[in-house]
Amino acid sequence: MWRYAFKRLLVAIPMLLGIALLTFVLMRVSPGNYLDTVRMDPQFSKETIARYEQLYQLDKPLFYQYVQWVRNLLHLELGYSFYYNVPVDKIIGERIWNTFVLALAAFLVTWCVAIPLGIWAALNRNRFVDRVIQFFSYIALSLPSFFLGMILLFWASQTGTLPLGGMHGPDYESLGWLGRRTDLLKHLAIPTVALSIGSIAALQRIMRGNMLEVLEQKYILTARAKGLSERRVVYHHALRNAINPLITLLGYEFSSLLSGAALIEIICSWPGLGSLMLTAVRSKDVYLVMASMMMGGILFIIGNLLADIALARADPRIRYD
Amino acid sequence: MTKSAEHFSEFQIALRGFTRNRLAVSCAYALLTLYAGALFAGFFAPYSFQNEDRSYSYSPPTPVKIFDNGGLVVPYVTGTQLTFNEYNARIYVGDPEQKYPVRFFVPGDEYRLLGIFPCRYHLFGVAAPGRIYLLGADARGRDVFSRLLYGAQVSLSIGLIGVLISFAIGLLVGGISGYYGGRIDNFLMRLCEMVMMVPGFYLLLALRAAVPDNFNSLQVYFAIIIILSFIGWAGLARIIRGMCLSLREREYVLAAKGLGLSDVKIIVRHILPHTLSYSIFAVMLSIPGYILGESGLSLIGLGIQDPYASWGNMLSDAMSIVRIKFAPWILWPAFCIFLTVVCFNVIGDALRDCLDPMLKSEGENT
Amino acid sequence: MSSNLLVVEDLTVTVAQKKIVSAANLEIPFLSVTALVGGSGSGKTTMGLAILKLLPLGFNVQQGRIWFDGREVLDLSEERMRLLRGKEIGMVFQEPLYAFNPVFSIGGQIAEVLRVHTPLNLCQRRARILELLVLVGLPNPQRVVGNYPHQLSGGMRQRAMIAQAIAAGPKLLIADEPTSNLDVTLQAKIMELFRKLKDELKLSILLITHDLGMVSHMADRVAVMTQGRIVEQGMTKDILKDPQHPYTRTLLETIKV
Repeated sequence: MWRYAFKRLLVAIPMLLGIALLTFVLMRVSPGNYLDTVRMDPQFSKETIARYEQLYQLDKPLFYQYVQWVRNLLHLELGYSFYYNVPVDKIIGERIWNTFVLALAAFLVTWCVAIPLGIWAALNRNRFVDRVIQFFSYIALSLPSFFLGMILLFWASQTGTLPLGGMHGPDYESLGWLGRRTDLLKHLAIPTVALSIGSIAALQRIMRGNMLEVLEQKYILTARAKGLSERRVVYHHALRNAINPLITLLGYEFSSLLSGAALIEIICSWPGLGSLMLTAVRSKDVYLVMASMMMGGILFIIGNLLADIALARADPRIRYD
Repeated sequence: MTKSAEHFSEFQIALRGFTRNRLAVSCAYALLTLYAGALFAGFFAPYSFQNEDRSYSYSPPTPVKIFDNGGLVVPYVTGTQLTFNEYNARIYVGDPEQKYPVRFFVPGDEYRLLGIFPCRYHLFGVAAPGRIYLLGADARGRDVFSRLLYGAQVSLSIGLIGVLISFAIGLLVGGISGYYGGRIDNFLMRLCEMVMMVPGFYLLLALRAAVPDNFNSLQVYFAIIIILSFIGWAGLARIIRGMCLSLREREYVLAAKGLGLSDVKIIVRHILPHTLSYSIFAVMLSIPGYILGESGLSLIGLGIQDPYASWGNMLSDAMSIVRIKFAPWILWPAFCIFLTVVCFNVIGDALRDCLDPMLKSEGENT
Repeated sequence: MSSNLLVVEDLTVTVAQKKIVSAANLEIPFLSVTALVGGSGSGKTTMGLAILKLLPLGFNVQQGRIWFDGREVLDLSEERMRLLRGKEIGMVFQEPLYAFNPVFSIGGQIAEVLRVHTPLNLCQRRARILELLVLVGLPNPQRVVGNYPHQLSGGMRQRAMIAQAIAAGPKLLIADEPTSNLDVTLQAKIMELFRKLKDELKLSILLITHDLGMVSHMADRVAVMTQGRIVEQGMTKDILKDPQHPYTRTLLETIKV
């Protein structure tokens, strides 16, 4: 299994380099949004500008610049944000964590809701319960997540039950440990729901399909022939096999959540990597954009790697290859 | 001859199965209506997308009345006055004295029919200074209904063109990968995986950041299409590759090889036409992604810019909760997006269900 | 009836108006090997499944009665059936790769049977599993316990499947085409195993197969089935020497070749 994990890690490295290259190329390709604008801004001292010119070897040919960019990355030198007027690493760390929290919450909600829902639908195939679940899934799949976010915010404003965005309430500092957790959960509620609804619907459909397929298998007949209770047959034998293919999806799931989170962050004013990237793009804050992109890529690769390892553990056919 | 006959009969079988699904057929009609509306937006819309009148800012939909003094009458619209009530909130009061009958085939804002022929006639409208807002007005007093139609032009076309480009790339990559197999296949599929795995929205933002500032609207439009295609081709490529892998063992391919046809010819003339009928459901199911991608970008101001209308940028107004409360009609574009996406999903699913048994039996024949 | 472990009387099983098993009668005496012979589509597997009341969705028992060890089976509730399955009647399937759950170990799957049907504790179960694996002739039973189905060869898997089926000490073993996927030498070995188990464990075996050669070597009694009907039934040596039904005669031609 560790050999498998190592192999996946090897795949991750060229991917990271690929993302770094892509980001680098994009920023260089775009004309006229580079240090030129900054040079004209009186806010920034000549020394700061000179320092960054040196750091990024702007006078050298493109290839050297790329190498330098990668080397800087490895030293965690992420550049300077001209919009926020601080080095990038000061802002990005916290934002990454916030996005991670949101994506993780949505991930947990998705799996905890979709799996039982899918099983329930499969066991009641084509009956009323199943039809209702499929109908709502269809709607949830087609609803743009940002629309749902808007509607939820609107509803929250009408009923006053949940806060309207942001991550912490105004009195966050003064709350105790439990108070802070509750405050966080309240702020997390709307973005998480908006983000996870689509995934729940999609995952539920897949789970239902897998369960139905697994229940047709020979080994289910064997299990029944052994005199096992229906409960054991379904929740032990069938479930384990039905879930395995979903573990391969863990990686894509995480990626789509991270990606979807960006837009939701913007709408719900959640201070995460996505909203940071948006500000950066709008203000042509080049280093911030590049760093956000790289961070997004890294978060994504880590998620995938963890998913791959989970798969290897879960499926003995891969483990003992 | 046999090859094309076989290809068509598969398609006809799928079509027959599809037409039996009433839900899917109604969705198809709904989409056709939307696309027709978009195509002839200038004609159906009473106003151009830029036609604004600030005295009608956030005007509610103007009721079209058909009764007057107890009798049935040509539909008309009353003039409205903007006043403020006791809470200083904005309300629009109808003035029953001013009546503007709704007329058909009226001259109005100039536009280009099908983008080519200059035309001034609209399906319906009212004489100035009356305004007919079927679905209300936005912040600048622009008719939401008209802008929905013009927005449809942008949002729906980006979906179609984007997916066509992705499909073309996907066919190429998937076809080569599936046909040759081995190292080429491995390499191309790893590449696909890599592209698919990058978080889409981040890539979208980054690519958008690379677009120069001085692009005009049309260039931004094409840039967005290209960006979306760049993200979307990988999924289609994988599906096509899967089909090609199974198809290349079929007898007629081996026969073609035996006849000495070049690889390119085999791929293009024998394999790809088969994948076309099968991959149409994948195409249908991926169009929503493009529409949502464009809407998302426009929503945050990075897509189609004002004054041009797109369903996404019309919604950026709705990001303020207060406005939703007082002018809920600004949410119409979201409903249109939802409707379009549902229709494509239903049609795509229906097509896949029709083709599935055939896909399965195809697999067994090899 | 008193000397018969299993009696099937006038069984008809239908699916979507079509009769898969038609007015079938079958007798399996104690301590015998009875073969149920027929081509594919004859309904023999369905009969086997009907005995355990494990018919797939859509299949219905239209009429008939089944007695096992003196008790009527078809009337039993699902709960009662579960006590029967595994404990008194064991079943072995054709393709052990697909009949074993791929994600659990062999030892774990056999332990399940013991846990449900016997009062053995953990240590006793472990010991019993090893005993069973030795009994079915598996070398290196310690390793097999921890192995997953895909790690064993076809022959070993089938032996493990047999071990699983007899784990709780059933009186009847239903073997549905147990050797069709194995090569000839393995087939002979498995047949030998069946014979040994029948003698040592006082087991009756219902052998469902299309292979008449196997029948002539193994079975005391044989029932010939075609298109859902049992056309001939009796002692093997009688049937083979003097087949009455034209179908049986056609079948016998095949092994003469």
